[in-house]
Parts: sequence; C-alpha cells; structure tokens
Amino acid sequence: MSRAKIFVPRDAGSIALGAEEVVAAIEAAARSRGIEVEIIRNGSRGLYWLEPMVEVAIPAGRIAYGPVQAGEIESLFEGGFLGGGAHPKRLGVPEELPYLKRQTRLTFARCGITDPLSLADYRDHGGLKGLERALSLGPDKTVEEVTLSGLRGRGGAGFPTGIKWRTVQQTPAQQKYIVCNADEGDSGTFSDRMIMEGDPFVLIEGMAIAGVSVGATKGYIYLRSEYPVCRFVLDAAIAAARAGGVLGDKVLGSAHAFDIELRIGAGAYVCGEETALMESIEGKRGMVRAKPPLPAHKGLFGRPTVVNNVISLASVPVIMAEGGKHYQEYGMGRSRGTLPIQLTGNIKYGGLFEAAFGLTLGELVEEIGGGTATGRPVRAVQVGGPLGAYFPRSLFDTPFDYEAFAARDGLIGHGGIVVFDDSVDMVRQARFGMEFCAIESCGKCTPCRIGSTRGVEVIDRIIAGENVAANLALVEDLSNTMKVGSLCALGGFAPYPVLSAIHNFPEDFAKHSGSGVKLAAAE
Amino acid sequence: MSGFETWNKVRADEIIGAHAGREGSALPILHALQEVFGYVDGEAVPLMAEALNVSRAEIHGLISFYHDFRATPPGRHTVKLCRGEACQSMGADALALQARERLGVDWGETTADGRVTLEPVFCLGLCACAPSAMADGKLVGRLDAERLGSILDKARQS
Repeated sequence: MSRAKIFVPRDAGSIALGAEEVVAAIEAAARSRGIEVEIIRNGSRGLYWLEPMVEVAIPAGRIAYGPVQAGEIESLFEGGFLGGGAHPKRLGVPEELPYLKRQTRLTFARCGITDPLSLADYRDHGGLKGLERALSLGPDKTVEEVTLSGLRGRGGAGFPTGIKWRTVQQTPAQQKYIVCNADEGDSGTFSDRMIMEGDPFVLIEGMAIAGVSVGATKGYIYLRSEYPVCRFVLDAAIAAARAGGVLGDKVLGSAHAFDIELRIGAGAYVCGEETALMESIEGKRGMVRAKPPLPAHKGLFGRPTVVNNVISLASVPVIMAEGGKHYQEYGMGRSRGTLPIQLTGNIKYGGLFEAAFGLTLGELVEEIGGGTATGRPVRAVQVGGPLGAYFPRSLFDTPFDYEAFAARDGLIGHGGIVVFDDSVDMVRQARFGMEFCAIESCGKCTPCRIGSTRGVEVIDRIIAGENVAANLALVEDLSNTMKVGSLCALGGFAPYPVLSAIHNFPEDFAKHSGSGVKLAAAE
Repeated sequence: MSGFETWNKVRADEIIGAHAGREGSALPILHALQEVFGYVDGEAVPLMAEALNVSRAEIHGLISFYHDFRATPPGRHTVKLCRGEACQSMGADALALQARERLGVDWGETTADGRVTLEPVFCLGLCACAPSAMADGKLVGRLDAERLGSILDKARQS
C-alpha cells in the first residue's frame, strides 16, 4: 500500500480548535499500526464549525471528517478512514458540502486544497499563470486588465485598484514600493489571515504582478503581530518563492526584479490605516499623515507606493489569469467580482463565504449562517469591523454592495459580519465603539483623540440615567464632529457603530431614561 | 515557562547592531529585544537612539505608542484574552471578568507573585470560533469558563 495522504489544516482557527493535537494523534496511531502516512498541512476550507476538518486522499478524490478531536483518531483508524471509511464524523466529499458548493471561489480557489508551501502544487493548480501573462502583456496592458476587472480595495475603502496602480506607474521615481496591508485588525474578519496561511503564494504572485506593472522592485508585507501562524507560513513561502525564481533579480526569468520583506506590526490598530502603516515601516510611531500627498505620489520613504490590502492583491492573479472581463462579470452595480465574506460571532455556521457581490445580509446571516450559535433570535449584526454600523433585522434586505451599505449609513469594510443574539445591550456596544477608538487613536487629530474619550464619558452618563435625552443629543453632535473633522477613518468612522446603535435600537437607550422621556434619537 | 534572558547590555547592543543597517529598523529591533528579554529595558533606549541616530524621546515614544512593547518584565505566563466584538457576542466580557477576579489583576497587570500577566488583545482572527485567547503563545478557540479556569489555574501553579 502506498503512503496514505492526510490533510490537517495549519490554519490558526484549526490550531485553536486542536489541529496540532490531532496531528500528534494521527502520527501516534499510524506508528503503532506500522502504517506510513504523509500529513499535509493545508489551509482551512473556512467551515469553522467543522474544524479541525481532516481530509484523506482516496483514488476518487478526497473525503472529509470533522470536527475531529485527538481522542477520535483511534476510532477513525478503526473505521478505516484512510480509505474513506464510515464514521460518525464523516462529512463526505468536501466540495459537495452545501456551504462550499454555494460559493464562488475565485480568490480562495486553492485555499484548503493545496499544500500552502509547495510551489509545485501551486503551479499544478493554476498558480503563476497570472504573473506569466502579466509579463507577456507588459505593464500598461496589465494595469488595463486590473482596471477592467472593476476590482476595488478590499481593505474597506473600496478605491479602484487599477487607478491606484496607474497613478504609481505614471509617477517617475528611482525607487517605488508595493506595500501589502496585512494589518487585519477588524474584529469579525479573518480572510487575510486565511489566505496568507492557506495560499500564501497567491499573495506573493499578486504583489509581483503589481511590482512588475508599476515598476517597483521592493515589496513589504506589514503583518500584524497577532497572527503568528501567518508569520511562519509567509516566511517559508517567501523563501520558497525566492528559491523558485518567482522573487529575485529575474522574476520568472524576466528582466524585472522584485523581492518582498515581511515586517511585523506591534499591536496598533491604527497601523491598518495606510499612512500610519507606512510610518510604522519607516520605524516611527504609527501616526496618520495628512493627505495629500497621496501615497501613490509620496508614500513609503517618500517614494511612489502602491498600498493594497491582502485580498485586493490576492485577487489579481485570477484576474490576470482569466482576464479582467471574466472577473468583472460577477457582482452588482459598481461592486464587481467576489468578496470573501466572514460570518462570525454568535453564528451557527461561522466561516468564510466567498461570493459575488449582491447577496443580502439576511441571506448571509439566516440562510447561510444558520442564525445564532446560541439558538436565540438574531438581534443585531455589525458589518465592517469596529468602525462598522449595527444593523437590525429590518435592514436584512440590504445587498452586499459598497453603495447599498453606504446608502443605509453603513459600510461593508473588509467584509466581516458579527452576529449578536437578543441578549445584546446596544448601549454597551455603542460605548465600546467609543472606547475602542479612544484606546487605538494615534492622537494626531483632536476630534478622534479627545472626541472618543468624551464619547465614552457621555455614554456612561446615559447608562447612569443622567439627562438621557440631552446627553444623547450631545453624542450625536460629538459623533458628527468626529465624522467630518477626523484625519482618517478611525475617528471618521468610529461614530458609525455608535449612531447606528442609537438610531436602530432606540429602545435600549430609552431604558436608561427612567422617567419615560421621549428621546430625540428615537423619533 | 517564560525562558527569557535577564537584561544584558552587551547582548542588547549585539541585537541592535544586527538590525541597525536596515531601512526603518526600529520596530524589528524592539521586537528582537522583547523576544530575547521579554521586555524592553530602559537602558535600551539610549543604546537604540545612538545606533539609529535619533533622539531618546523618539525611541521612548515607540515603546509607549505600540501596545505590544513592554517597559517592564512580564510574568512567567502571559494570558491574552480577545476583547473584540465577535468575542463579545459569545460572552468574552464575562470571561474577562472571571480572569480579572481570579487573578486579582486588571488589564496589563501581573499577579503579585509574578506568575501571570493578563493582557487584552483586539482580535486574533478567530472570530468564527469565538471567544478566543492566547495562553503563552498557544491559540485557544471557543473558550469557555471551564477551559479558562484550567488555563488560569495551571498558570498560577507553575
């Protein structure tokens, strides 16, 4: 019998649920039986209620089991799982699981399938085709393809990627940079983490395409320190890409040079803001810079710089391989292509769901996500991270689309959805919105630095029942000042969770008014 | 468990020297110092300022700005609890209260016996298996009161 191939994800989520213990148990069980097994540490498929999800390769394909705990390995071996045998945890063919089958996996096409650190495996599954095509098309046509795809920045701002690249391309300079923003600090998001752990070469390929197109020879990945597994995988993947000729003086044998350096953040949320991020790479405090100048003109070390989110860059290889038009055909309105949506928090089927823009919030939360994990009714969902709005069920018909969310005073941000059941106290959530901003403010502009702290104090007075109506009006006023007066999105969007809580859930605030005072905000 | 080296100026100088030529080397140096010593000693400030040709105030500013860097040694064990919204939706606030009460410390503090440091973290990217924690570098998903209790007990006893 040939060596059995077993897949156990080396994904931070799987590890947090016991993947390392599962690997040790498989090795022990195989040893005691004298069976040789090859354990491949793949990425996660993104179905976290089934993690750790173990897969075995059989002649017909792959069979998944999950969620598997170390204590179940003996019984899996007894049940003949190496041949795809029966077991209560047997899930069958992973691609046939409805959650996966309903998705459109363009960016995440390989995640969970390949060995993340095997460049040969990456190539066998369509990797590097985009970079090869970009090299043969040349810089101008490559930027045209990216523009044609309609790709917009997946970090949250939604700025057209092609236009950003064009600006850097047309700015003459001796040295230009590609900066990958891997400071995925939003609670409720993990798509950057998942792709970096599960398919790191796709990010490296995307950065190389960007470098070749705009004339940048150096790239930085700014990774948050809270992602140690990513760090391990990226270090190894960058080394493998250098050894394989993807990075270096001659990218895939071409005349273009491009290399990548990994930099680790230090726990400052504001460094996810592009100018603060560049300050941090330069070795300074992560203080936001005023714009202009745009990073595309004067960015890292004062040079023209493309700053893109991980998912934006990781979506470029498929755009270049299949063509901008193919990607552009997915989606709705001005939101083209797919978005890896993250279903998180108090949700039954939490995970990553990549789909074309246009699904409604209700479909995602109730139908795909299966409602809450606690089994209680869904009361609120926060979309777009700590700076995103809280939506009630009455807004569940909102489609996932940049403009549709903006029209309802929300944002899709980085595509994270956090679900809360009916035990949530929206006054507390509003307070946290201000508290988080106060903790993470870089301190450069007054509305954010002082406004957030005053915001916490005023909400504390509301909780204490002091002049509730007047203090609510004050929070509104303060929020508007922060919105229009802050230098960056931290102070500018921190009011979104606060105001949405007040406007969409007025009953929670009314509880504190005691005397039944009619609240302005509730009208 | 901590396994950090005691502060040593000569060793620190070596670490600083190894990175000093890189563009924007301040953060890599601070990370390297903290990985070896567990914190960034006050004596490192003038050393770094000298090596990078910046003022001491700039280096001090980095250490105080970034949440990761510590100016004092941590306890033998470090428990980080996620305070993000996804974890809040699954009861993280109650777990945080449990940890603070059981250890008798607030966020960022170390128990009087020097065994356990409790730190907040804003998102480990484990939002689909919340609430989450990191105990001495080990990631934990779907944390509950019982599991947290055993993590804290173990940390307090060793």
